[in-house]
Amino acid sequence: MAAGVKVLERKKRTLAEASYVPEIAKGLGKTMGRFFKNTFGPEEKKEIATVCYPEEKREYPPRFRGIHRLTQRADGSPRCVACLCCSTACPAQCIHIEPAEYEPDDPRYGYERYPAKFIIDELRCIFCGYCVEACPCDAIRMDTGMHMPPSTERGHFLYGKEVLLNLPGRDGTYLSGNPRHEPGDPTHPGVTREQGH
Amino acid sequence: MDISGHILAALLKILFIIAVVVGAFAPMLVWAERRQSAMIQDRVGPRRAHIPLPRGVVGLFRASLKPMEAGVFLSFFAAGLAILTLVLMGLFGIETVAGQDAETFYLAVIGFGIAGVLLRLGHKLHKGIVDSGGKLALLGLLHPAADAVKMIFKEDFTPPKADKFLFSIAPIITVIPAIISFAVIPFADTLYLEYWDQVVPRDGEIIATAVPMQVASLNVGILFIFAAAGTGVIGAAVGGYASDNKFSLMGGIRAASQMVSYEVALGLTIVPCFMIYDSLRLEDMAAWQHEHGWWGFFIPPLTIASILYLFAAIAETKRIPFDVPEGESELVGGYLTEYSGMKFGMFFTGEFIEVVVLAALAVVLFFGGWDVPFLYRSGFDLPGTWELTVPMTEWVITDQFLLQHWAVLLIQVLFFLFKVVVLMWLQLMIRWTLPRFRYDQLMQLCWKGLLPLSLINILVTGILVLLWT
Repeated sequence: MAAGVKVLERKKRTLAEASYVPEIAKGLGKTMGRFFKNTFGPEEKKEIATVCYPEEKREYPPRFRGIHRLTQRADGSPRCVACLCCSTACPAQCIHIEPAEYEPDDPRYGYERYPAKFIIDELRCIFCGYCVEACPCDAIRMDTGMHMPPSTERGHFLYGKEVLLNLPGRDGTYLSGNPRHEPGDPTHPGVTREQGH
Repeated sequence: MDISGHILAALLKILFIIAVVVGAFAPMLVWAERRQSAMIQDRVGPRRAHIPLPRGVVGLFRASLKPMEAGVFLSFFAAGLAILTLVLMGLFGIETVAGQDAETFYLAVIGFGIAGVLLRLGHKLHKGIVDSGGKLALLGLLHPAADAVKMIFKEDFTPPKADKFLFSIAPIITVIPAIISFAVIPFADTLYLEYWDQVVPRDGEIIATAVPMQVASLNVGILFIFAAAGTGVIGAAVGGYASDNKFSLMGGIRAASQMVSYEVALGLTIVPCFMIYDSLRLEDMAAWQHEHGWWGFFIPPLTIASILYLFAAIAETKRIPFDVPEGESELVGGYLTEYSGMKFGMFFTGEFIEVVVLAALAVVLFFGGWDVPFLYRSGFDLPGTWELTVPMTEWVITDQFLLQHWAVLLIQVLFFLFKVVVLMWLQLMIRWTLPRFRYDQLMQLCWKGLLPLSLINILVTGILVLLWT
């Protein structure tokens, strides 16, 4: 016998074990106990691990990355300044933005731009969250807590600006928690695109 | 009774059995197997099949919730008030309160108590329906119905090179004998037609038209069940052979050898019953246990026989832990591999009916059949001789409680069905507890385990019977 090999003695079966009957009775007791606990037991002692899915839904974890939303300013316009950081950061290249200038009489004219088009192809998206990381304005978020509603049409998964703006966050608001300093506010740094930093 | 009366009675009994076994027990078993197994395995299980109720009805239910709640409260309050009045009357020796004597208050306690419990149940049911948005799911009981509809409308596929005739007839060969076996099982004491709304005298001969409460009273009795169950093996074997599939063929061969082997064991395990009950007729066996007031299970040789019978019976129905003919891990689905749609459904139903038959047989052989403790032909006769007067009234409760003939029979039938349900449930629990045997272990258990043990049991029973008589 090689060194280090320890031979264990095989446990002999007792007569009760060999006849199976008491062991089966024990097993039946386990099964029945489980059944009664999960069927008639008090609610907090039940150990049922599944839910009837479409009727009952589980809460996703708080940091779950769901479908995107565009946060709004106080006046309902998008916070997005069309800087293209998100579409640049996107490894799946699923964000398409067409930036546009505000009208010359708008106080924001010269300070920032806005997205004329903001399209996310949710089918192409890999839900990595890089766009949220990249956004300097807290304009794009993935805190809706929803996954995509299914559809048989590919076009339905191209979410435009209007759709993204009108998705609420998990807390039900369309805004973001960070304050926004609009041009003209006393807190606004007052730096325009032309002036530079 | 003339011949047409006999035919009518037989037809009624057949209808009753088919309604109970195929109409109630088989779907119940499907439901139990799905939902209860889920509960055992910490799942919710299938319970989503439902009938959507119209909006108006749901609104009505919602509107009735508040009044029902109030009704529950009022009923229990009234019952409590009546109890309080009774206690006060007893304490201070008052004869009547508000012109009513104690008997009225007793009735009030019972009436309001029952009303309260019923209202409570109704409230719970209505609330469940309202909460789920008007879906009548009945605990998932509608799921077997949905399953059946699915099976009927599913494509009925026959393999191109299969033997069409044998392939189609195999499920029928499995189902029919299973139902036929029920013909000889007695589900109540003899019905005396002329006495149906009277109390039958407890002792002595009764001169009346006797209708046995079983479809056919055969003198071979239990042997008929074995003959019918033996036919069941042909269904599985033929189904496996006709499918033109090697897995099916293997399954069919396994089914045939397993069922033939266990047929032998099954027959021998219950020979002690014949020796003790001294008859092959199942109605005589039930009557013996009724007369002696001693169920077979509590007679030592029969206790062993009943355990051996349970093993052999589960193996005979090819259910887990003895389901090697199906053996999905080795044989895909065994003899069921090529079956789909309602043909598969018939195999499936046949298996469940066999479970019911074997449970019913076990009840008749070992658990007294239709015998209810302390219930006799004339009604209940509880142990001892005593009388109890309900305080403050002239009501007397005694150990004797006479019942009309129909009520006695009804209680017997219900108790018989209850015992069958308990045994079926035990079989289900065994199914969900034990892992599958290997094929050689299965055969060893039969030929080296059950067979010698049952032979020894016969010997011991024979010696005991000789000593006893």
